[in-house]
Amino acid sequence: MIWTRLLALIVKEMLAAFRDPKARMALVMPPLIQFFLFAFAATLEVSNVPVGVLNQDWGAQSEQLISRFERASAFSEVRRYGSEAEARAAIDRQDVMVVIQIGQDFSRKLAGNERPTVQLLLDGRKSNSAQILSNYLNTIIAQYSAAYRMGGAALQPESEIVDRSWYNPNRGYRESMVPVLIATLPMTMVLMIVGMSVARERELGTFEQLLVSPLQPLEIVVGKAVPGLIVGFAQCTIITLIVIFGFGISLTGSALVLFTGLAIFLVSIIGIALFISSLVSNQQQAMMGIMVTMMPLMMLSGFSSPVQNMPDWLQPIAQINPLTHIVVVIRGVFLRDMAFGAVAERLWPMAAIAVVTISAAAWMFRRKIQ
Amino acid sequence: MDALVSTEGLAKSFAPNATPAIQSLTTKIKAGQVTGLVGPDGAGKTTLMRLIAALLQPSEGRIDVQGRDTRTEGAAIHDEIGYMPQRFGLYEDLSVMENLTLYADLRGVVGDERTATFEKLLAFTDLARFTDRLAGALSGGMKQKLGLACAMLKSPKLLLLDEPSVGVDPISRRDLWKMVYSLIDQGVGVVWSTAYLDEAENCAEVIVLNQGRVLFQGDPKDMTAKMAGRVFKLHGAGAERRALLARTLTSDDVIDGVMQGEAIRVVIAEGAAAPTAQSIGAASVTIAPTPPRFEDAFVAMLGGQPKRTLAQATRQRSDGDGKAPVQAKALTRRFGSFTAADHISFEIARGEIFGLLGPNGAGKSTTFKMMCGLLRPTEGSALVDGLDLYKAPSAARARLGYMAQKFSLYGDLSVAQNLDFFAGAYGLSGARRREAVGRVIEAFDLKPFLNENSGGLPLGFKQRLALSCAIMHEPPVLFLDEPTSGVDPLTRREFWGFINAMVGRGVTIMVTTHFMDEAEYCDRVALIYRGKCIAVDTPEALQHAVKSKDIPEPTLEDAFIALVEQHDRAQQAAA
Repeated sequence: MIWTRLLALIVKEMLAAFRDPKARMALVMPPLIQFFLFAFAATLEVSNVPVGVLNQDWGAQSEQLISRFERASAFSEVRRYGSEAEARAAIDRQDVMVVIQIGQDFSRKLAGNERPTVQLLLDGRKSNSAQILSNYLNTIIAQYSAAYRMGGAALQPESEIVDRSWYNPNRGYRESMVPVLIATLPMTMVLMIVGMSVARERELGTFEQLLVSPLQPLEIVVGKAVPGLIVGFAQCTIITLIVIFGFGISLTGSALVLFTGLAIFLVSIIGIALFISSLVSNQQQAMMGIMVTMMPLMMLSGFSSPVQNMPDWLQPIAQINPLTHIVVVIRGVFLRDMAFGAVAERLWPMAAIAVVTISAAAWMFRRKIQ
Repeated sequence: MDALVSTEGLAKSFAPNATPAIQSLTTKIKAGQVTGLVGPDGAGKTTLMRLIAALLQPSEGRIDVQGRDTRTEGAAIHDEIGYMPQRFGLYEDLSVMENLTLYADLRGVVGDERTATFEKLLAFTDLARFTDRLAGALSGGMKQKLGLACAMLKSPKLLLLDEPSVGVDPISRRDLWKMVYSLIDQGVGVVWSTAYLDEAENCAEVIVLNQGRVLFQGDPKDMTAKMAGRVFKLHGAGAERRALLARTLTSDDVIDGVMQGEAIRVVIAEGAAAPTAQSIGAASVTIAPTPPRFEDAFVAMLGGQPKRTLAQATRQRSDGDGKAPVQAKALTRRFGSFTAADHISFEIARGEIFGLLGPNGAGKSTTFKMMCGLLRPTEGSALVDGLDLYKAPSAARARLGYMAQKFSLYGDLSVAQNLDFFAGAYGLSGARRREAVGRVIEAFDLKPFLNENSGGLPLGFKQRLALSCAIMHEPPVLFLDEPTSGVDPLTRREFWGFINAMVGRGVTIMVTTHFMDEAEYCDRVALIYRGKCIAVDTPEALQHAVKSKDIPEPTLEDAFIALVEQHDRAQQAAA
């Protein structure tokens, strides 16, 4: 009896989500588009950009330095400018983000064992990328002058810091960010599907129709949760496959651990969505609720900036965010073979969130009819 | 008299191949009288209103408002008419005064003129006491009055009212008509559109529309007069009356028949012989001619009630244990300090149609919700088939069928998918589900629509589907929330035909309504007013109770208003 009722509800939810071709497209297309946007467009690496050079020095040393720029893979081209005005105009037109100005005494000072100066003119409108470029250039310049002195004056280099990024040796943005999309994209989708579905039924009047049927509040909650779980899980799987085979980011740890984590994560997100939908009375309010929840979930997850860098009072809040935990699990499983014990430490908080939110939603639905 | 509006060969289509919303309409609307635009939902009333208001352009023909062509002089027309759309654009979060001020600003009514107009309109609509109240907190009737005030700001010569009486209780409805009549005396022309056919009789002239075609134009009395001598009331059929109605309708001579309390009202075909006790095969029945109503003429014009014999949707129920299948025991519901329902008690016998009647906000919906298990009573209990809805909710709910006021099935799912879902939600599986779904498909002729989205069905079939979904699990008790308000008379008859058939098989029905025609189908009605049940009786007994010199032949609406006023007087006397 109870299984018949539940099955009917689940089948109905799936039909409602997939019967309409437009609704079907809405489920499949946006996550895919977002996925490729995130993966390709929103990158923190700077590559393939042209740089400008204003060389006022006539010595061989400056040419050696410029040839180092030309060899650097990050720059597509080194454009030379004859005058300061020309360089200024180039930045103004956004032809280049940076112009390296080599002073006329560069070679002389270098040869005379003095400190030569190189000026970087950066486009402050693109502060982030310019910052990264400036770092690259500084490194190249420092390397050049070090090499020059080694060859020329045979000075002993001072002690040097060498950093190695374990698990992500190339420190690739893609390797650390793209796998996280396995959690964030299905999360937005599931929040929408589940959060809106109850509100939509309320608006249509079908929710009352459900409440007068023998379906119990908890059954309604489960009936709404399962289709969300199925859709979310399918999306997780597809995106995981794309990440592994499309982007060639290999899964270092176990797939079983990954998907166990994802399942618990999705249930906790469904719990949050159901709780939102139990509070609202129409789709507009549901939309607001979802938006208001989604941003903090994203920002406080360590998805883009590490939780450790947040102020102390925010860190406990990040702990009750399921996304925080799954981000750790995903990065752990993809980049290194995270031990199961460490994974489990991340699983139980998500499970706890799921239990709390789902019970709260069921309680709210029950209360609504009292 | 000068025509305010004249149309010639007017037609409007919204898509090249669609059936036109209005077809070849030539008419004149005069000043100083009410012109009724009468027809069921979807007849084209709103389209015609919007054409007159120069908000739509005609596809063919022309339409002049006060001698101005709506195609070219729309802006001038907007300035001279008042238009109150169906859901007038009141801002629910603004107070009555703020709404008025806003519309006065929009219409350029300022300065002394504004002060004078506000004073006049607030007195006229009796809203002066409520100027600080939020529009959203007004009752249906008061909202319409405020809408009317906003439409009247510029003292228009022509006032277009689109279904002003929807969602308005009988008392407020009477007030609205009084207000409109006093406008008429000032020479304003009023166009009043309505789906309630009884309102046609209040109009000096009517334009009767059905599916975009004009069925009749002129004095409604002329239309009704055509039916003289063709309408009869059958009294004394007792418990057999539903079966008798069904039997009577099979005769070719009878084009229409409805229940009216304990009587049956039949309309015979033109030229047919008057029915006799022999011809209808019920010796104990007395037959008396009765004055025709506008609705009789309307149904006759549409060719009479559709005669389809449909299979039975439910099986015969045994008499049970003789206990009342629905019991309300001192149902009370408080919201804070406000008591929405105050110790309401009634019992509904097996095979009875019981109506909950009352103005909006009287506690009718609260009571109904408590009976459905949607709202927990503060005190008292609601029993369905002997089970307490709040002690054994799942089991009790399995024994009731519920049909909501508006169509509330899944419009994006097909008919078959809706049926499957509701069968499953009521725990039917396997062979029992197939059997239940098959039975309603056959009974309600749903086969041709099985794979269509239910949202796109014609209104009549939507109702059939909603009823199917409510009764697949064969509940002994069926609850209907305003099942046929705004529905055209033919669909309404068909629907009540189904209900009568089920009642004949022992199903118990509870229905809420503020629509008097619906109340007439009931065996007994409970009148809910200010949270109290002020009368429970048969419609005839209620009508009889208020019979007086002033109203020798009270309608149910008269009875309703008289009882409410009586209650108010008693309350005042006590206080």
